[in-house]
Amino acid sequence: MKPAPFVYHDPRSLHEAAGMLASLENARVLAGGQSLMPMMNFRYVMPDHLIDLNKVGELAYLRFDAAALHIGAMTRQRELEFSAEIGTRCPLLHEALAHVGHRQTRNRGTIGGSLCHLDPSAELVNVTALLGGTLHAASQHGTRDIPFAEFAAAYMTTSLEADELLAGITLPLPDRRHGYAFVEFARRHGDFAIVACSALLGLDRNGDITQAALALSGLGPAPVRPALVERALIGQKPAGAAFKAAAAEAAKLEATADAYVTAAYRQHLARVLTFRALEQAARRAMEKTDG
Amino acid sequence: MADTRAIAVTVNGKVHRREVETRMTLADFLRHELELTGTHVGCEHGVCGACTVLIGGASARACLLLAVQCDGESITTVEGLAAGEQLNALQQAFQDNHGLQCGFCTPGMLITLTEFLRDHPDPSETEVREVLSGNLCRCTGYQPIVAAALDAAKRIREGA
Amino acid sequence: MMAGKSFGRPLKRKEDPALLRGEGRFVDDIHLSGMLHAAFVRSPHAHARVGRIDKRAALAVPGVHAVLIFADLPESVRRQTLPLLMPHPAIKQPLMPYALAKDETCYAGEPVACVVADSRYLAEDAAQLVEVDYEPLPAVGDCRAALDKDAALVHAASESNVAARFPIKVGDTDRAFSGAAHVFREKIYQHRGGAFFIECRGAVACHEAPSGSFTLYASSQGPHRLKRCMLDMFDLGDHQVRVITPDVGGGFGPKGSFYPEYVDIAVAAQALNRPVKWIEDRRENFLATHQERDQYWDMEIAVDRDAKILGVRGQLIHETGAYVPMGVVLPWITATTVPGPYVIPNYKLDVVSVFTNKIQTTPVRGAGRPEAVVTMERLMDRVARELKLDPAEVRRRNFIRPEQMPYKVGIIFRDGRPVTYDSGDYPACQAAALEVSGYAGFSLRQATARAQGRYLGIGISNTVEATGLGPYESATVRISTSGRIVVYTGATPQGQSHKTTLAQIAADQFGVDIKDVAVVTGDTATIALGIGTFAARTAVNAGSSVHIAAAEVAAKAKKIAAGMMECLEDDLELADGFVRLKSAPDVGKSLREIAVKSIGMLGFSMAGGLPPGLEHTAHFTPEQSVYANGTHVAEVEVDIETGAVSFLRYTAAHDCGRVINPMVVDGQVVGGVAHGVGNALYERMVYDENVQPVSTNFGEYLMPLATDVPHVDLVHLETPSPLNPLGLKGAGEGGTIGSIAAIISAVENALAPFGVTLAEAPISPQRIVELLGSHALGRTR
Repeated sequence: MKPAPFVYHDPRSLHEAAGMLASLENARVLAGGQSLMPMMNFRYVMPDHLIDLNKVGELAYLRFDAAALHIGAMTRQRELEFSAEIGTRCPLLHEALAHVGHRQTRNRGTIGGSLCHLDPSAELVNVTALLGGTLHAASQHGTRDIPFAEFAAAYMTTSLEADELLAGITLPLPDRRHGYAFVEFARRHGDFAIVACSALLGLDRNGDITQAALALSGLGPAPVRPALVERALIGQKPAGAAFKAAAAEAAKLEATADAYVTAAYRQHLARVLTFRALEQAARRAMEKTDG
Repeated sequence: MADTRAIAVTVNGKVHRREVETRMTLADFLRHELELTGTHVGCEHGVCGACTVLIGGASARACLLLAVQCDGESITTVEGLAAGEQLNALQQAFQDNHGLQCGFCTPGMLITLTEFLRDHPDPSETEVREVLSGNLCRCTGYQPIVAAALDAAKRIREGA
Repeated sequence: MMAGKSFGRPLKRKEDPALLRGEGRFVDDIHLSGMLHAAFVRSPHAHARVGRIDKRAALAVPGVHAVLIFADLPESVRRQTLPLLMPHPAIKQPLMPYALAKDETCYAGEPVACVVADSRYLAEDAAQLVEVDYEPLPAVGDCRAALDKDAALVHAASESNVAARFPIKVGDTDRAFSGAAHVFREKIYQHRGGAFFIECRGAVACHEAPSGSFTLYASSQGPHRLKRCMLDMFDLGDHQVRVITPDVGGGFGPKGSFYPEYVDIAVAAQALNRPVKWIEDRRENFLATHQERDQYWDMEIAVDRDAKILGVRGQLIHETGAYVPMGVVLPWITATTVPGPYVIPNYKLDVVSVFTNKIQTTPVRGAGRPEAVVTMERLMDRVARELKLDPAEVRRRNFIRPEQMPYKVGIIFRDGRPVTYDSGDYPACQAAALEVSGYAGFSLRQATARAQGRYLGIGISNTVEATGLGPYESATVRISTSGRIVVYTGATPQGQSHKTTLAQIAADQFGVDIKDVAVVTGDTATIALGIGTFAARTAVNAGSSVHIAAAEVAAKAKKIAAGMMECLEDDLELADGFVRLKSAPDVGKSLREIAVKSIGMLGFSMAGGLPPGLEHTAHFTPEQSVYANGTHVAEVEVDIETGAVSFLRYTAAHDCGRVINPMVVDGQVVGGVAHGVGNALYERMVYDENVQPVSTNFGEYLMPLATDVPHVDLVHLETPSPLNPLGLKGAGEGGTIGSIAAIISAVENALAPFGVTLAEAPISPQRIVELLGSHALGRTR
């Protein structure tokens, strides 16, 4: 399984890369290679031009400010995994990364690559949806900020224009007092999830839910933020009855079927994992309130 | 006309200069250009791990890297593990624990564990199994490989 | 039985240092001067007529040397299909493929053209440009549907989709069933997948024009079988074909078959007068390497009031795929393995082997036996459940007892001989497994867990497997004039450690270490006859042959030495490369001196009337298979909300007679169990409604990972076989044969509170949730 021939380009700057993307016909951008290279080896994609971003140093960065995490598109998943500051300020990301592929794939894979590949159940895509991240696109003409909700156009297709690159991502940091959870069900360790659910819960002094965010992946082409479910949790006690209700509602979300997994099973997992994610997030939120 | 590039890649400490077609994978470059056939090809889509090498000290699937991407990089393959005739502690632990049968997945296993034991000198069995989840073996059932990894970790801690 | 310093010891493997250093030599590591590379054009249709093929665009790609289609094949190759090596009167339609598609393709992936170029990259570029006029034909994907009278035909010109039919029977099941206290019926669906060795198939073909000879390097399980097929296909003499099998990265059955690609690259090598290499890529491996697949069982068991089996009967629909390269071997083995260790005086199975438009099925580790064990053990669990008895007790009541050995089951095995278990203690084996697995304490563990909302289950399986299959294996033991000992054999390892285990056997005859015995495998030029390594046959056959040949050579060395030293043979012993006086160990002759003596001296008559040379060739020919046995106990936990299955404990008791190297045997059992885990819980070849294979990569076809397999606790028993000199039985497949049944049984036991029963394998979390219905809501209810 050898890739079809292409012309290889290795730009050194974002500007150079954007110029290539604008001028070259049938070009693909190479990031970590963990998704694109298999497709090229299978000849499912046969670009005439390959634009390798691995030497564009300016696209690899990891910066914190008071409210958000700013990550360059070419930042390797490995770097996120080993970042002590992410462990302190956004441990949800570490919990998600524990499910992402394997050591070898995280060493090369990038956050930008994962977001642009847009696998329906990719963990980093799910977290970006949950936190309401902003994607920063760049082209010859300048930059454009795309809220995550507008980023997924169709199955494994982003809303980036043909001449746009993903340059970076901004992830609003969750409130430190909020409980978080990332749970998924996959067949084997490191596999893409069949369904994944992430959750953030904020509690007030009485222990009632004041904020709730959920992101469910694997049901459709992109992660779903079930707004009705989230709203219904506000004001509730973070316990069985509220979570069962939320879970039951999550099971009603539309789901697709493929050769291996039925829609019904995905919906069932959505129910089970929503319940487990909320339980876990609540436990963590209550630990923080106690502490 | 094939698209080619001149590259200089350091493999197991030795610099190799070649002109290669840009679509040639690192795995094929190692195996057929450099005739270092210890790195094996099992799937060419990044799942089986038989092609695992270290690039800049980090494990990676050589079937998903292009040779041209490794210009200026330092690669370690299985051939770079033993010092001459003497097997290193990890390799010896494999032999002592019957950690290989056909030997085809073995180079990938050794490379994965070389990185892992370097970074986790005292792992649990669960941690070993998790790091091995990126390497397929059809012969051993993994148990003796896990035993070899834990045995090697112990020996290395004790100064082997 | 001799006691030596090597036999029976867990000696470290001789194979390891080279493999650990990355110095193995697998077929893709072979680089020959001038070598070209092949890629295949394969039919994308499950069934199609093949019309015109336009090669022009492909031939125009720079670096392409040839594009072969059927019409380009030499006459001897065009006039015959690939050989059916195991003919049998039960085969109604012995349909086999041509080396390249002639005018019809019968599975997606069937080779249509062979492209040869300077590199595999270029060959694939050109292969994309070959234009083939296909006329898609109706295709059949389900072996039950294939039997319908208005089903489409897998082969357009044939009269039906039945490949073979045969009954296996003993006793009178009609009488046994009428009047039985209880009769239970089970319909069981089973699906196994492929071998999925980590090294794909591959071969390098070389042709030497002046002599018209071929050398074929192939990653195989037996070069002699491939040579025989090459002789047939090319109409050549023995001296004109040499097949060499280098290191092999796993075989598990399918690398034992003879494939069209070997013929095609040989044709190319001859036409181009250059070596041609073809390495299967993983997508091709999914499409074009033989595998096992579907079986549908419809079975009944009759028992008396005390759960003693009166009879078992039923039907098996077995999917053979598009052709029958292994005849009826696979379904025959399945059918004759069903009785297992139980007394079943009346048994009848009607087997039909059915064509489908998919790659053909041939044995994969276990070779149909795992399926037989699943079926029999589902029936035993059913009896236990219905009669409210402990499953272990039901089995205990029905075991063949050791004093009944040798035990005639009453049916004929695929080796043409009656199934006669030579030795084994089945009750003791189960008892040992249950003890180690903590079976007695399980009810309490299960009850405690249930109180916490956790669902644990335990399952048992018992297996009896025919091993050591004939007709023979060859071994030549030779001491050359350098005094070095070498063993040549037709046995062909793919990880089974022959180079160590066979050395262990020979070393003891000569009183040396295994480092002093070289074992050479896989080369038809080194030994004329050979069969190969599959079906857990090598220890028995090659081991016995090595033992016999080495003993002969040792005896001859003593004889020659006695002549040289003018003493009695009985005064002599072999040790450390010498034949020496027992009473004066520093007085002796080296093997080197003896070997030099043995070949005679130019111009002189041979002394002593002995034939020249210090060597002997043996072909141990077993009278029948020898029967190994085992018991597996799986303990699992099922998460009823997701359907996930995890292992808590796994015990495998096995008896493979005397053991050459216990470390090697343990490795075989543990490795076999892992394969069974895959078949029980993960592996499935999925096809779409057009009979197109869908799971053609390792992301979708799920192999068990290190995180998926249990730690296996091993229990060893040893009842030597009386049927070969060393008392050996085979060990290569037992781990797989028992594991699927034990796992399915354990999962069913975990789901018992919900009334779920299982009659299928593999079983997925999704399927478990489906069967649980609303119970799967768990805590979310």
